[in-house]
Amino acid sequence: MQNQRDMQNETEPRRAGTVATLARLRPYAAAALPRIYTAMVASLLASLVALAIPQVLQWMVDGPLADGDASQVWVAAGIVLGLGVLEAVLIGLRRALVLTPGTHVESRMRNALYAKLQDLPVTFHDRWPSGQLLSRAVSDLNLIRRWLSFGLVLLVVNVLTLVGGLIILIVMNWVLGLIFAAAALPVIAYGFAFERKYSSVARRSQDQAGDLATSVEESVHGIRVLKAFGRSRYALKRFESQAEELRGTEIEKAKAIAGIWLYLTLIPDLAFGVCLVVGVWLASVGQSSVGELVAFFATGTVLLFPIWSMGYFLAMTLDAKTATLRFFEVMDAPNTIRDPATPATARGGAGELRFDDVHFRYQDSPDAFPDLVDGVTLTVRPGETMALVGLTGSGKSTLTALTTRLYDVTGGAVRLDGVDVRDLTREQLRSRIAMAFEEATLFSKTVRENVLLGRPDASEAELREALDIAQAQFVDELPHGLDTKVGEEGLSLSGGQRQRLALARAIAAKPSVLVLDDPLSALDVDTEALVEAALRRVLATTTALIVAHRPSTVALADRVALLEDGRITAVGTHSELLATSEHYRFVISSLEAETHAASEEVSS
Amino acid sequence: MTDQPDQSVEGVEGEERDDLSKAESRQIRARSVRLLGSLVHPMRGKLALAVVVVVISTISQVAGPSIIAYGIDTGLPALLAQDWMPVALAGLAYLLAGVTGALLIAWFTILSARISQAILFDLRRRVFLHTQRLSLEFHESYTSGRIISRQTSDLDAIRELLDSGINQLVQGVLYMLFTAIALFLLDVESGFILLASLVPLLVLTRWFQLRSQRLYRRTRVASARLIVQFVETMTGIRAVKAFRTEKRNEREFGELVEQYRESNAKVIRLFGVYDPGLVLIGNVAVAVVLLVGGFRVIDGGLEIGVLLAAVLYTRRFFDPMEDMAMFYNGYQSATAALEKISGVLEERPSVADPEKPVDLWHSAGHVAFEGVEFGYTADRPILPHFDLDIPAGQTIALVGSTGAGKTTLAKLISRFYDPSAGRVTLDGIDLRELHPKDLRRAIVMVTQEAYLFSGTVADNIAIGKPDASRDEIIAAARAVGAAGFIEGLPNGYETDVNKRGGRVSAGQRQLISFARAFLADPAVLILDEATASLDIPSERLVQDALQTLLADRTAVIIAHRLSTVSIADRVLVMERGRIVEDGTPDELIAGDGRFSQLHASWRNSLV
Repeated sequence: MQNQRDMQNETEPRRAGTVATLARLRPYAAAALPRIYTAMVASLLASLVALAIPQVLQWMVDGPLADGDASQVWVAAGIVLGLGVLEAVLIGLRRALVLTPGTHVESRMRNALYAKLQDLPVTFHDRWPSGQLLSRAVSDLNLIRRWLSFGLVLLVVNVLTLVGGLIILIVMNWVLGLIFAAAALPVIAYGFAFERKYSSVARRSQDQAGDLATSVEESVHGIRVLKAFGRSRYALKRFESQAEELRGTEIEKAKAIAGIWLYLTLIPDLAFGVCLVVGVWLASVGQSSVGELVAFFATGTVLLFPIWSMGYFLAMTLDAKTATLRFFEVMDAPNTIRDPATPATARGGAGELRFDDVHFRYQDSPDAFPDLVDGVTLTVRPGETMALVGLTGSGKSTLTALTTRLYDVTGGAVRLDGVDVRDLTREQLRSRIAMAFEEATLFSKTVRENVLLGRPDASEAELREALDIAQAQFVDELPHGLDTKVGEEGLSLSGGQRQRLALARAIAAKPSVLVLDDPLSALDVDTEALVEAALRRVLATTTALIVAHRPSTVALADRVALLEDGRITAVGTHSELLATSEHYRFVISSLEAETHAASEEVSS
Repeated sequence: MTDQPDQSVEGVEGEERDDLSKAESRQIRARSVRLLGSLVHPMRGKLALAVVVVVISTISQVAGPSIIAYGIDTGLPALLAQDWMPVALAGLAYLLAGVTGALLIAWFTILSARISQAILFDLRRRVFLHTQRLSLEFHESYTSGRIISRQTSDLDAIRELLDSGINQLVQGVLYMLFTAIALFLLDVESGFILLASLVPLLVLTRWFQLRSQRLYRRTRVASARLIVQFVETMTGIRAVKAFRTEKRNEREFGELVEQYRESNAKVIRLFGVYDPGLVLIGNVAVAVVLLVGGFRVIDGGLEIGVLLAAVLYTRRFFDPMEDMAMFYNGYQSATAALEKISGVLEERPSVADPEKPVDLWHSAGHVAFEGVEFGYTADRPILPHFDLDIPAGQTIALVGSTGAGKTTLAKLISRFYDPSAGRVTLDGIDLRELHPKDLRRAIVMVTQEAYLFSGTVADNIAIGKPDASRDEIIAAARAVGAAGFIEGLPNGYETDVNKRGGRVSAGQRQLISFARAFLADPAVLILDEATASLDIPSERLVQDALQTLLADRTAVIIAHRLSTVSIADRVLVMERGRIVEDGTPDELIAGDGRFSQLHASWRNSLV
């Protein structure tokens, strides 16, 4: 929607912008440019050779054939053959010159896009469906590569060939030449209209292809939900309607191309027809010769293919332009979470984590809504374990995400050992604070690689220790033990198993501060107790902030902070809060409800 | 390179191999051609029309040189004799041919777009539907990135072929055919020279075909790998950032990009030989026609105008050669993609829809396991031998340590998997025979992983019942206690949940997924750790809702928090795939078994 609106508002600047937009590819294409230019020269030479062949024909018709000189036929055919071989060699040269560098340009852009996407903050990824990113990284860059190494060269060469051909035609016979040249005017005029129209359709089609990719991705990632509810048909219907839209856009695109094709084939043909009549008349009054007419039409014929192919290359250029725009939409996205220009030195501090009047809100949340984190002031002392308790949606997860700058505060500051986390490089910060998310993300790598994600150089003993603490001994029973690939070979881990690996991962990173977002929610009571017992040893020396829903997890903590609507309303030990805070009792205590059910049953 | 007996290219097996034997290569090629055939088949009427259109348009284009030859050879002498007719006729004919040709070519462009888009739509739909049909077992081993790449980049390759390819092919072939016919009509000897030039052309093409086939297969594999890594990074961006794997990922991704580039560059280089080779053959043919014709003109056996036309025709014959080469190139690329796609389509779901489905309009909700055996792999049974009867309306709590087989049990009831022996029944009907529609209506599972689709909160709840009214959706949200937070969202039920529910917390997502289940109103409800992320007050609300909801339906609840047990009629304790305790909560708590210990330690953890 937004894109379409932009398109309409900006037709004027955008029209001027086709060249400017494509020129932005220069930094990526710089290394390939000399070869691209050389390829243009080679290709131009090939066209010149192709144009020269009719000249030889004219010479032959007017000379040897008229004279009946057989030996000259050999010479003429030899020249034509020589030129023909040269043309093939030059075309081969063009391809050899440009195609491999084109793939390098594509690679460079793809790597740059990937690096940029990894660098962009989580807020960006929250907003952008990954199908849109995928279609940019794959289809769009593919398009740009083909345009650079093929479309651009041939577009330039074709234009030059046309100009050269027209000049030759005019020199040959200025009347006929001018008639032919005049035909170009309406084509050029139509070309501008075409550019406007096609650009907007091309853009829409690429965006819709991205949306389609998003649907595909969601249908795959959400397959369990779709299966559980038997909603595959429903998902298919959605997908179909999107595919249908894309189909409509593509046909619209084809109509635009058909329009320009019509002009590109019709007008030269009309010009040819007029030239034929006028040419024969000229010859009849002695203003031209048969040989000249023959050469004129032969040259004109050579020009037909460059003319027809203009439609194709123009469309390709416009596709490349919109693909470039889409690429730079990501590349130009401002990264709000950057490393500081002069990072503070990360001293091997004790690991004190302090929130100073921290505020956070999403940029796009309406003014009427209060900040999601609304002035949190809290200090987690070195070595202390602090539990964060609050209702669903009270801002606990958001608060933990602020510590490693997955999001940046919109007010106040988070400090690690007195240093604002924004004054540290992200690398420094994130090597000192390790997180385990409730939703455990595992990558399709081996178990070992997954656990050692934060510290690939950890020793075997450290790896084992982390696994033991997280009670993840089950890994030894996997088909290839620690070297089993997760997510492949029919291996599906249960939620609890995944969570334990994620926990092991955070522990193995040996950070000074551990931030755990409800890390034990999927564990059964026994395993949870074992993990907690082991975790206590680690937590004795490590500062930790733990989001907790259950009293059993709270029991790990030295102190508890109660979060209520984005504010800390109480801090204290578990028993203090139980005694003093009604909200805390409401959030953490199940006894009230249980008294009716379980406890009575026990006593009965 | 040897053909090992245990290797196969059925389905997606051997997808990443590029050392296919000739027989295997033929096998998958044949499968992809079959797929292509089945896609083109419904289009044959339109295709015929398109061919007719392009035939006429090509005839009018090919007529050009003949008209010029006529104009010069007949028109000029006539005009010298003051007869304007022939030249005027030639001029008009040329105009007419031009207009006809141009209009038809435009029409054809649109026609062929309709055909190729219809084919593409059909293929997209088929792959999507089939992917949905394939069982979880397939999805768990194939990785999501690969199936996504099949549906995106592989389809792109086919789209590229269809987009420009059909135009190029039909037009090019016809153009060449007509040019050749015109040449034969004009001058038979020149025609034979042209014919002779086809021999080296075919040899060259065969060489290109064999080489590019293998390279294109490699390209598809490389692009799939690239996409897998890309998708995983973007989906797990939080973990990537938290554990600073950006640099390592860049290196790994860079290698994949390089592999993809390398395989691409190889094909392109191959094409870089093929294409100029074709031009060379064409140009040699022109020279030969000129040479032979030149002598005949001198001998007086040939008109100059005819020679000229013959040379022009010969040259024109090779004009579309570059397009044809590109088409062929695109075809090779698309076939490699079709090979992979047809492999996915060839996969049979291990949990297949029944051939003669049994309808069950109203399910009572009586579930039974009869001698069920199951393991994800043959050598590691999860359920060795399992019998269980769950009477209609009973609420069961399933308890046991991780890995005891609870989730497996749930997956068997909801038919994510089929047992390897024995049967699971609903109201006495084997699940494998039950109509999928009735099965899904009767049995719904809610898991811990609450996936949200892009769209609004209301859309996401409505997955439970797509035709639900707004009131029903709100009622469902109220019932599970989700209404409070939803109404607090910026646009209430119309709030977009964005990518993977980025803006709502894990607990809120679980509430939405509960509302889904509530709305679906099944006879059998399976809750697998569905309340794990909820805070205690929300859980309490959900349990109150469950108590009313489950009053008249069957339920299997897996929960580590034993508070759930209070609403259960019966508790099953599982160990290593067997039921070790079975009884009412009271009985078990009063006893001295495993459950009573678990319950006691859980009680102690409460405050």
